[in-house]
Amino acid sequence: MTEQLAPLPPALDELVDDFASVSTRDRLQLLLELSDELPPLPDRYAGHAEAMERVPECQSPLFLAVEVDDDRRVHVFFDAPPESPTTRGFAGILHTGLDGLPADEVLAVPDDAPFRFGLAEAVSPLRLRGMVAMLSRVKRQVRTQLAA
Amino acid sequence: MPLPHDPDARLSSYAHPERLVTTQWLADHLGDEGLVVVESDEDVLLYDSGHIPGSVKVDWHTDLNDPVTRDYVDGERFAKVLGERGIGRDTTVVFYGDKSNWWAAYALWVFTLFGHEDVRLLDGGRAKWVAEGREMTREVPTRTPVEYPVVERDDAPIRAFKDDVLHHLGSGKLIDVRSPGEFSGELLHMPDYPQEGAMRGGHIPGARSVPWARAAADDGTFRPREELEAIYQQEKGLAPSDDVIAYCRIGERSSHTWFVLTHLLGFGRVRNYDGSWTEWGNAVRVPIETGADK
Repeated sequence: MTEQLAPLPPALDELVDDFASVSTRDRLQLLLELSDELPPLPDRYAGHAEAMERVPECQSPLFLAVEVDDDRRVHVFFDAPPESPTTRGFAGILHTGLDGLPADEVLAVPDDAPFRFGLAEAVSPLRLRGMVAMLSRVKRQVRTQLAA
Repeated sequence: MPLPHDPDARLSSYAHPERLVTTQWLADHLGDEGLVVVESDEDVLLYDSGHIPGSVKVDWHTDLNDPVTRDYVDGERFAKVLGERGIGRDTTVVFYGDKSNWWAAYALWVFTLFGHEDVRLLDGGRAKWVAEGREMTREVPTRTPVEYPVVERDDAPIRAFKDDVLHHLGSGKLIDVRSPGEFSGELLHMPDYPQEGAMRGGHIPGARSVPWARAAADDGTFRPREELEAIYQQEKGLAPSDDVIAYCRIGERSSHTWFVLTHLLGFGRVRNYDGSWTEWGNAVRVPIETGADK
């Protein structure tokens, strides 16, 4: 009997498929591409770390910001230096997978989602804790902003 | 055949200058037969984002740690990791990496557990190479695999286990290389780093505090020998004949200090306790001490 995993939003699910379809070594390349493609911060955040939330669980410094717009859609912003490509790659996964989603769908993303990319063997489970922390902080910010 | 040593005058005052190379030496010798350059980083993707041309990656976690036992890989696995990277038993290996060579020193220390003879560190690490505008590439070299012998790891000379540390209490010297806050017990982890799961804060009784970074200059190179002697020997009272155990949180920062004491200052008996605070801070029936260094 296989346990049914809680479903993921389509963009995140597609990324899971992308990662699942390649070898462990190519998963790192995929993560590097996501790191390279992480969009730069908009002007309102660039150089304004104080306006963002720091994620100390990441191996290297990462800052994030979350906005919920009038249509209850979520926009996420991440900042990490190029010397931290793993952390940037995790941010890239969450940006690709979550940005623009309705708030309820972001809140419904299961907390174990970071473990579904087959990255534990490629980057070690220890390092994956950073992505777990990013996801939980994004969800917490969405909850806080919906309640405001 | 081992490569010639770096004759740079900056290195010559160290006890074992043959254990270091400058960025210029490495640039001059890239591609030489008998040399393999190994990048070892905290960030597992950093090598893939750009590295010194021709270098190969060795990841501390996925390549050097055993996936099942909390230990380093065994001789067979080690032979495989090295052989597929084209490293033979007599290859000269130059390590470099991020964070002032923490992880590079750690990898060098693990290679030493297996008795790999010619291991050297790039003084200043990845950051210095990049700061000097030297070439980086994303091209991963195709190395011709070689046969690396299966060697049994010999832990005893340079690795300490918890029981060794217990026997060492009161007789040998201990160096705690974590931050002052971790040493005193106020912090359970490095500043700005996540909690790594120790139950208690403090240090091993009798340990002296010398944060690892005191051995590094601003550009990531090692401080000159007389400055290192002033810290470890004059200030902390260590002597090259002492039996010393260094530790940190998981053994990586203390590899850096192990390298300094062993290769730069010429201490004869230095062991790295890789169980470090994640083991000691959680272990049943072991004593701790709190408060700042005396």
